[in-house]
Amino acid sequence: MAAREEARHHILTVLVENKFGVLSRVAGLFSRRGYNIYSLAVSPTDDERFSRMTVVVDAESSPIEQITKQLNKLIPVIKINELGPDEGVERELMLATVKAGPEVRSQVTELASIFEARIVDVGFDAMTLMVAGSPNRLDAMSDLLAPFGIIELQRTGRIALPKLTRQPTRLRTVKSRSA
Amino acid sequence: MKLTGAQALIKSLEMENVEVMFGLPGGAILPVYDPLIDSSIRHVLVRHEQGAGHMAEGYAHATGRPGVAMVTSGPAATNIVTPLCDAYMDSVPIVVITGQVAYSSIGTDAFQEADTVGITMPVTKHNWLVTDAQDIPRIVREAFHVATTGRPGPVLVDVPKDVSNAQMDWYWPDGVELPGYRPSTKGHAKQIKEAARLINQARRPVIYAGGGILKGRAAEALRELAELAGLHVVTTLMARGAFPDDHPLCLGMPGMHGNYTAITSMQRADLLITLGARFDDRVTGKVSAFAPDAKIIHVDVDPAELGKVRRPDVPIVGDSRLVIEELVKAVRAEQSKHGKSDLTDWDRQIDEWRRDHPLQYEQQDGGPLKPQYCIEALRDNTPDDTIVVAGVGQHQMWTSQYWRFNHPYTWVNSGGLGTMGFAVPAAIGAKVGKPERMVWAVDGDGCFQMTAQELVTASAERIPVKIAILNNAYLGMVRQWQELFYEERYSEVYLSPDLPDYVKWAEAMGCVGLRVDTPEDVVPAIEKANEVDDRPVVIDFRTDYREKVYPMVAAGDSNDNVILGPEYGEGGY
Repeated sequence: MAAREEARHHILTVLVENKFGVLSRVAGLFSRRGYNIYSLAVSPTDDERFSRMTVVVDAESSPIEQITKQLNKLIPVIKINELGPDEGVERELMLATVKAGPEVRSQVTELASIFEARIVDVGFDAMTLMVAGSPNRLDAMSDLLAPFGIIELQRTGRIALPKLTRQPTRLRTVKSRSA
Repeated sequence: MKLTGAQALIKSLEMENVEVMFGLPGGAILPVYDPLIDSSIRHVLVRHEQGAGHMAEGYAHATGRPGVAMVTSGPAATNIVTPLCDAYMDSVPIVVITGQVAYSSIGTDAFQEADTVGITMPVTKHNWLVTDAQDIPRIVREAFHVATTGRPGPVLVDVPKDVSNAQMDWYWPDGVELPGYRPSTKGHAKQIKEAARLINQARRPVIYAGGGILKGRAAEALRELAELAGLHVVTTLMARGAFPDDHPLCLGMPGMHGNYTAITSMQRADLLITLGARFDDRVTGKVSAFAPDAKIIHVDVDPAELGKVRRPDVPIVGDSRLVIEELVKAVRAEQSKHGKSDLTDWDRQIDEWRRDHPLQYEQQDGGPLKPQYCIEALRDNTPDDTIVVAGVGQHQMWTSQYWRFNHPYTWVNSGGLGTMGFAVPAAIGAKVGKPERMVWAVDGDGCFQMTAQELVTASAERIPVKIAILNNAYLGMVRQWQELFYEERYSEVYLSPDLPDYVKWAEAMGCVGLRVDTPEDVVPAIEKANEVDDRPVVIDFRTDYREKVYPMVAAGDSNDNVILGPEYGEGGY
């Protein structure tokens, strides 16, 4: 199911001016043009004048090109990067509180260590785990936690940056010059 | 120099060369109305805030300069939402200033508080809430820049009362700095070359000219292109006047109530040269059946219009005038390289359609007064450069069909939003902007009743507009649809010809009121109205309620199925 959903999801990373009302402008645009937001994360950038929104959109609800063009018309929108399924590094954070009574506690901690999750809180018969990773990995972890009984679960929505090029451009230039 | 925010606001408007604004004061905007007394800016006091917005639009339509309206907070701001939306749909540059409750009170449900910025976000190109008086000159500068550049549109500046009262150090910014706003103006050279190649190869080309021609001041360039390549031109409802109706290459209005030749030439075209138009549903009819054989060149300053409805073969983002001027050069180069294409067969076909399917109606002597006859009489008894303003409905379509628009910026109407009540205030705004020109509004009786009170404004301010009401006692276009598509089941469309008494109403508002019942009285009444120059005139034309707008393509139907009208006998309705 996850894979099928992935196929129609596109990620837009949108650099916007850090002013009040910008989130509302972006969200309003999506709703009035009938575009479906799958997840949305807003975060500060290294430059305090700007924020970055990572919007995962359902590209079936409207052509992605039309969505980006309309977004670009918003004046506080500075720049949009569109990442196809293989073009970005995506990460998401999940917090999950699961039932973990004494009899299953070791199994839960074992699962946590397999997923490199951290135990951030421990109660009498429950534990809160934190895991960061690709959305698929988080899906897998929550599936495996489910049998223990998930009390509460929250995900941040994904953030993404473009994948870096692996071409050693400088090296190649040097070579061609010497040849 | 220390100024209050209010003084800085008025001074900023002066710096933007605002000569007139339309508005109505109230609590939250009171501080700004005080320095207005000492300003060179003329203020037209309206009777309803919606009127202020439409007047600003009419002014912008007629002059090309941004129209300015100023109103208070809360209900005044919500009253001006309709003109904002209207201007947004038709890309009209207007700047609306609204008062707001004190910044410190925002969010407390204060008296006359409304989230104006939130409410108007979807219907403005951009809007601003001023939080610091020091920002006022910068924001005003940005507002005018955004409203008038790229694809023009409405903007709104919301000014809290305590910000207006606060002190600031006056300055005027050198320019605007909006990193997220850089409208492209010049078209892509390679694409323009490709467009020229297609134009020179086409056998059945048609120019589909939209409102972007007028917004981009591109009427002359359009004419040059059309004449250079012998291209026929359709002018959409928003582009009437962008190409002269008397020109042999002009095909007039396409679309739902366009003429047969304009509609059919687009349907049969092998190339649509789309210039500042947006494939509106009222033009295309059923999109999948629209101009099926046509390749599309699409020129628009708004990149989001390219591919929104119909995927273009050659998309060109840019200012209509600059792109068309480049296109003219490129077509000339193509012609000198490959020779000019021969369009004789196509021209002959178009002439045949024109001959066989002209617009038709019949005014019988002594018979009921036909609305089309009134419009033709008005057209023939007014100066060639008369500015014509319409509301929305049958009268608007008849005016667009029967008027001869031979100059740009002589036609003002509400296209995209279809705002009934647009005509009276928009005519007032147009007349304020072009006082030397005759301004006639052709209005429906339904439309007139929505905003007629602005004639009080016109009388008080000595703005001598003229209003021709085509009074058929019905919400005519709705009646037409109920007759044709709802089995003549007339639901809530009757208005009465005599209630209100339009002549008395006009007189009560300080206008000259005239009434015309028969065809022979039409011209004398128009002549009489034309002589009045010190107050508005209203003529109540009692027209035949059975008359319908033809041709017609039913909503959602293919443009191949043009209903021509009863005059064509069997086969028509």
